[in-house]
Amino acid sequence: MSSDVRFTDFKSDKQPTWCPGCGDFGTMNGMMKALAETGNDPDNTFVVAGIGCSGKIGTYMHSYALHGVHGRALPVGIGVKMANPELEVMVAGGDGDGYSIGAGHFVHAVRRNVDMSYVVMDNRIYGLTKGQASPTSREDFETATTPEGPKQPPVNPLALALASGATFIAQTFSSDSQRHTEVVRKAIEHDGFGFVNVYSPCVTFNDVDTYDYWRDSIVDLSEVDHDPTDYEAAQERIMTGDREHIGVIYQDEGSVPFEEREGLEDPMYEIPDGAPEDAMDLVREFY
Amino acid sequence: MPDDLNWAIGGEAGDGIDSTGKIFAQALSRAGRHVFTSKDFASRIRGGYTAYKVRTSVDRIESVVDRLDILIALTERTIDENLDELHEGSVIIYDGERTTMQDIEIPEGMIGLDVPLKSLAEDAGGAIMRNVVALGAACEVASFPIENLDESLEKRFKDKGQALVENNQQAARLGQEYVAAEYDHDFDYELVTTDADYVLLNGDEAIGMGAIAAGCRFYAGYPITPATDVMEYLTGRINQYGGKVVQAEDELAAINLALGAARSGARAMTATSGPGLDLMTESFGLVAQTETPLVICDVMRSGPSTGMPTKQEQGDLDMALYGGHGEIPRFVVAPTTVAECFWKTVEAFNLAEKYQIPVFLVSDLALAVTEQTFPPEAFDMDEVTVERGKVVDEGEVDTWLDDKGRFQPHFPVADGVSPRAFPGTTDGAHMTTGLEHDELGRRTEEESVRVDQVDKRQRKVETAREEENWDYREFGDPDADTLVLSWGSNEGAMREGLEILEDEGVAVRFISVPYIFPRPDLAEEIEQAETAVVVECNATGQFADVIEHDVLERVERVNKYTGVRFKAEELAEEIKQAVREPQEATK
Repeated sequence: MSSDVRFTDFKSDKQPTWCPGCGDFGTMNGMMKALAETGNDPDNTFVVAGIGCSGKIGTYMHSYALHGVHGRALPVGIGVKMANPELEVMVAGGDGDGYSIGAGHFVHAVRRNVDMSYVVMDNRIYGLTKGQASPTSREDFETATTPEGPKQPPVNPLALALASGATFIAQTFSSDSQRHTEVVRKAIEHDGFGFVNVYSPCVTFNDVDTYDYWRDSIVDLSEVDHDPTDYEAAQERIMTGDREHIGVIYQDEGSVPFEEREGLEDPMYEIPDGAPEDAMDLVREFY
Repeated sequence: MPDDLNWAIGGEAGDGIDSTGKIFAQALSRAGRHVFTSKDFASRIRGGYTAYKVRTSVDRIESVVDRLDILIALTERTIDENLDELHEGSVIIYDGERTTMQDIEIPEGMIGLDVPLKSLAEDAGGAIMRNVVALGAACEVASFPIENLDESLEKRFKDKGQALVENNQQAARLGQEYVAAEYDHDFDYELVTTDADYVLLNGDEAIGMGAIAAGCRFYAGYPITPATDVMEYLTGRINQYGGKVVQAEDELAAINLALGAARSGARAMTATSGPGLDLMTESFGLVAQTETPLVICDVMRSGPSTGMPTKQEQGDLDMALYGGHGEIPRFVVAPTTVAECFWKTVEAFNLAEKYQIPVFLVSDLALAVTEQTFPPEAFDMDEVTVERGKVVDEGEVDTWLDDKGRFQPHFPVADGVSPRAFPGTTDGAHMTTGLEHDELGRRTEEESVRVDQVDKRQRKVETAREEENWDYREFGDPDADTLVLSWGSNEGAMREGLEILEDEGVAVRFISVPYIFPRPDLAEEIEQAETAVVVECNATGQFADVIEHDVLERVERVNKYTGVRFKAEELAEEIKQAVREPQEATK
């Protein structure tokens, strides 16, 4: 890893096609800055992106990257990391990708606690398909597919993570660049699965969860008395729905990542030219 | 036909049928006898009829037959279930002290040996050993030296302490002595021992062992019958080679975990059965589109839907060939024997990496649950080669950068196979996507690039068609008028069927095809034959369909979809029937 990496090194020469004002610009910039600040470079970084507006991020960033199937970004990222623990793995997706079609993988990725980070651009809407309800849309949020609103409570991703045994739960706001970058950096540095839900407004299809809404309702946990290592305090913040919190909400400082528990250290790509030396022992087991 | 003995133990699921059967099979194998096992089992943990069957001979065995010589019946139903296979002189060992077995009637002409299995087991130290008492009794009936059983009992129980090993050995002896003392029969069987050295394993284990031999270091899967043994084999063994088995939350995750590991440069695989393959189908296109080398193993069972989960069928061929939307370049390889499960797995990994393509390794339940003996040389590890294809290291990356210094993972080279840089390689950073992409791996909808990339991926298949050996296995009379074709596990039964046919003066040429796509060109062989018959375990003839498509000619079809594999006699009969009364005109 070179020390002179700038965050622009993580930028590809493809211009984003996100709508002007989309929260994803800020989210991506923060990710690139956080990667550079943590001493990573494009050659040791692997970004996995899901499907949706957020999923385009793999194209706009420069690193090793895979843009896969809707909802399955986490399993891909986990496979990449397990097979080469030396890589910095970051998975990025949206609320539909992570909490709807990929919700099962989210739960299990959290409990597996692989040392990687997961950034979810949560805009509470399906943007790429032009405005349908997402799993985090409000109960009364009217869309083409939910004319009277979904009439069911939104998923609380932070609570889902907590219930699944998360070791790092954070939330940021894409337009608060400094805090967002700082929190993503902490997620990268965390020994385990660093989960960051990012309020990343959709300026085209969501006229409820807007920049103004979030500016008015956000409470920055660095400005109040909150100890992220206090599980019950985190639980309180996560389950109280009246405010939108940003910052590191919970961090288990004793977190031991999956790779460490399982003794995975070396990349798996190096293998002999033939069968392993003692492979006939495998045959003899069947005597 | 080999001079064989057919033995079985049957009872309820949960009676320890499997492990008892395996102990006996292992004892025979260690005594230098060939063994071929099969199972009748239900998809439940307890209750329901289940049986473990062992066919043994000093000669090689390739299939099962419809004959049972010695049956250990723990339940009355076990006798009923096997009436077709029992014959005059068959020996049935049972425990007449068991309440449910007191009134059983031994069919006429058969020999019933009432052995107090439970009481004798208690004498040896515990009722739980009653099956082992029965094994001892069976040794006496079959004139099989009981010392051979001692070794496999030791192998089975040594982890639980020497005392338990000795109790079991004692239990076996009590069974043997009881039969010797109480029954004055002259049983016709003599299981002689030889100096031959055999290993005993099933198709799933062979696939697992092949994977490790080939350098597979990452396996992700979700438990499913009959593929679970692949995962269980690898668990605990792959770690010794620096690898990892991950039990995924579902098959959607399994294939994507394996895909991720493969992107990191690991040789990776997943294995499943039909219902799991359905879920994985979602990502077939992604694997192919991103040109990721991946081995996807499908151990087929009876479908559709949950079908008959513990029964044989070869119903997924179309799925392996055509599953997934869009046009997905892929290879489909189907091993035809337990030993071939090993070799075809090794080959699947080489093909996957050389051509950066998904390789479907299609096995079936009959291979998966059959334990078969082989000389250890059948798995000669020195013969295993590892070919990784166009992996570029730091020194070679430069060659593949564009004029702006960007690595081109999908560069449309002449043979279709692009360079591959593992993550971590300096200057190799690149993306790839399931979207149509350019040579840099970036999304595009530009017509010319789309065509270039589709052609490039397709060219890999054409290159492989020319470069690789897509051969078939041939048996029987090469000049015969009747040609039989099959795929998968039918090879064994058909080979024995050939012997029956030969004895009856019916000449048959038999071609067993392990490569489904690309596959050997069989036009000439079919042209030469008067009658071509395709044998497979499914109702619609999926393999027959592709053969007909290739040669533009109708073939005869022999299909079985009862859930039970073909047997040699049955196949011989079916072949004769197909030759006598061809149906092709009506098709």
